Amino acid sequence: MEKKNAETQKNWNLETLEDGRMVLNMGPSHPAMHGIVRVLLTVRGERVTDADVEIGYLHRGFEKTCENVTYNQCVPYTDRLNYVSPFINNVGFALAVEKLMGIETPARCQYIRVIMSELSRLTDHLTCVGANAMELAAFTVYFYLINAREELYRLTDAVAGGRITPAYTRVGGLTRDLPPDFARMAAEAFKKVRKNLSDADKLLTRNRIFYDRLHNTGHISKEDAISFSFTGPALRSTGVPLDVRKATPYLVYDRFDFDIPVGSNGDNYDRYLVRMEEMKQSMRIVEQALAQLPDGPISHPDFSVTLPPKEEVSCNIEALMAHFKLTIEGVKPPKGEVYQAVEGGNGEVGFYIVSDGTGKPWRLRVRPPCFALTGGLPQMIKGGYIADIISTFGQINMIGGELER
Amino acid sequence: MGLETIFGHSYLTTRLDAAVNWGRKYSFFQYPFVTACCGMEYMSVFASAYDIARFGAEYPRFSPRQADVLFVVGTVNEKLAPVLKRVYDQMCEPKWVVSFGVCATSGGFYDNYATVQGIDKIIPVDIYIPGCPPRPEAILDALIKLQEKVSKESVLDRKYK
Amino acid sequence: MTSYLLETIRSKFPDDILETHAFRGDETVLLKKEALLKAAAFLKDDLGFDFLMDLTAADYLPREPRFELVCHFYSSKHNYRLRLKCPVGADDPKVDSLTPLWAGANWFEREAYDMYGIKFEGHPDLRRILMYDGFEGHPLRKDYPLKQRQPRIPHRG
Repeated sequence: MEKKNAETQKNWNLETLEDGRMVLNMGPSHPAMHGIVRVLLTVRGERVTDADVEIGYLHRGFEKTCENVTYNQCVPYTDRLNYVSPFINNVGFALAVEKLMGIETPARCQYIRVIMSELSRLTDHLTCVGANAMELAAFTVYFYLINAREELYRLTDAVAGGRITPAYTRVGGLTRDLPPDFARMAAEAFKKVRKNLSDADKLLTRNRIFYDRLHNTGHISKEDAISFSFTGPALRSTGVPLDVRKATPYLVYDRFDFDIPVGSNGDNYDRYLVRMEEMKQSMRIVEQALAQLPDGPISHPDFSVTLPPKEEVSCNIEALMAHFKLTIEGVKPPKGEVYQAVEGGNGEVGFYIVSDGTGKPWRLRVRPPCFALTGGLPQMIKGGYIADIISTFGQINMIGGELER
Repeated sequence: MGLETIFGHSYLTTRLDAAVNWGRKYSFFQYPFVTACCGMEYMSVFASAYDIARFGAEYPRFSPRQADVLFVVGTVNEKLAPVLKRVYDQMCEPKWVVSFGVCATSGGFYDNYATVQGIDKIIPVDIYIPGCPPRPEAILDALIKLQEKVSKESVLDRKYK
Repeated sequence: MTSYLLETIRSKFPDDILETHAFRGDETVLLKKEALLKAAAFLKDDLGFDFLMDLTAADYLPREPRFELVCHFYSSKHNYRLRLKCPVGADDPKVDSLTPLWAGANWFEREAYDMYGIKFEGHPDLRRILMYDGFEGHPLRKDYPLKQRQPRIPHRG
């Protein structure tokens, strides 16, 4: 066993600091930071000279827990990784297991997964921008954007039966089909979202205070961002047009016409602009997907993968056996390992699954985009003002469930 | 309240109870100790669609010393437990604790090495809200239940705690 | 059929490659842990793998060597992915750190150390990241019981 003091904080005792610097503790429960993260700062006056980010306050053993449950039982746990965009995690996990099994879901299922993923991206960015604006004292914008999010939550509630934690996908399919008048509900919700977004845009984008708080703060160069494994809006703000949806299209993303917004400066303002534009692109994708949405089944036809319909289970012995085996033992992918990446709200969400041929994953690893972003946080806040930490921290959109799992 | 020390158990105190509790229950300053997913629903209930301000709990104070109600919103793990305890200890009497969501209540479906199986292992709790996460209606319901509880308290109860 | 990429790596490090495969299209190289750093440098400098997407480990108890270090690389230039794995024995779980090549490896390696107890040589600041000081053992190891808690403060009765 290692010695305990080998693991304690590095040089954070006051004695070793030279004159004029002081240690400042931010968090874990800090007024202006959503999420539970502790930042230890050394400051000279108002300037940050060094920073150490301590995480782990929401570590809840996701990976260990999932090694002890069946594949489909993992789905509700994946909801709670990035709880601001739960569908993307659901979809990423289902895709990873399907890749492991070498199966493909019906076209309608793929379209619905795309639609729900994009709704999740919308809620993610709405929350991020809204909370960021609130922390910078633009309270009205927070209400506008949360109201827009509320419309989307009602939509996801109607589809999946849950506002935030829907557990919508299963290996090889979905829990249920879209409600019959989904297209109309989505159109109405988008009308409201677009209106609130444009209101927020008018209040924020050319607002002197907001601009000054974001512009040239939390700056990171393209090379540093790549070195820190940044993905998502934070990487795109530096000018790298990397998006998993375009680079390695999964589901049916290659059938839609959408743009990847990129920034040029790599600062908080660019990240804000990228997020605002991505929301518009997400709505574009959903509208195209709804126009193309094919009819048909939503689940894989093989009863060793998805549960048979209830009528079959009641009347047919094979279906009953399949139901029993699937419920008790779960789906059994072959031995092997896969990595499946999807574009989450904050960047690449990767699922690395090792199967030993049984109904439970031997190893389930999530590549959390926030983890890399928060690892780069000290680099982004060094040299800036203490007040800039708030905007930088808000714009990297740290989500505890995903960061610490 | 300094009044109860002056008046003691006189007939005035019961009327004082009613007046003080009425004031207390409609002016909760909350401290949202937001850790996880439930925070999204807390944001919803706080925004204009559900508007918790209608029930007199308008103002979240992000300082424990200015807060009356501690909302523990989300999972608390062993690493966070001392922080929660310290936040609770920093709050001034009278104080109440709402356990928001199933993780704070019992650990939820996270039963493993990292999580605390309910915040009542750390601090006393007044109201538990079930749900993962609870719907906004459930939160408002819990707030009303807490108001009922507060209205039945005596102002002398908490003095010697 | 082995792909061009796997063939290139195999010809570059003929003595260090233990195995290559491409299960479900994920091209994987299994190599000796001594060669990890130079293979990663070769990937980064010569083959254009500019992203270290993920670094983690897996525990294959009771197999020996017990652990496996798993790195996922991505090349934004060629839009290509590669997985690199190194077997790590339980008696001496030490690997070279990738922090000289990628700054992002810092936290990934700290997590692998925290969860599995694999030590990274050359890491600037190897300490626990998700668990806390005083936590004994490494929770993601297969022999760590799922529900073994180590409270920091005493729980109420």
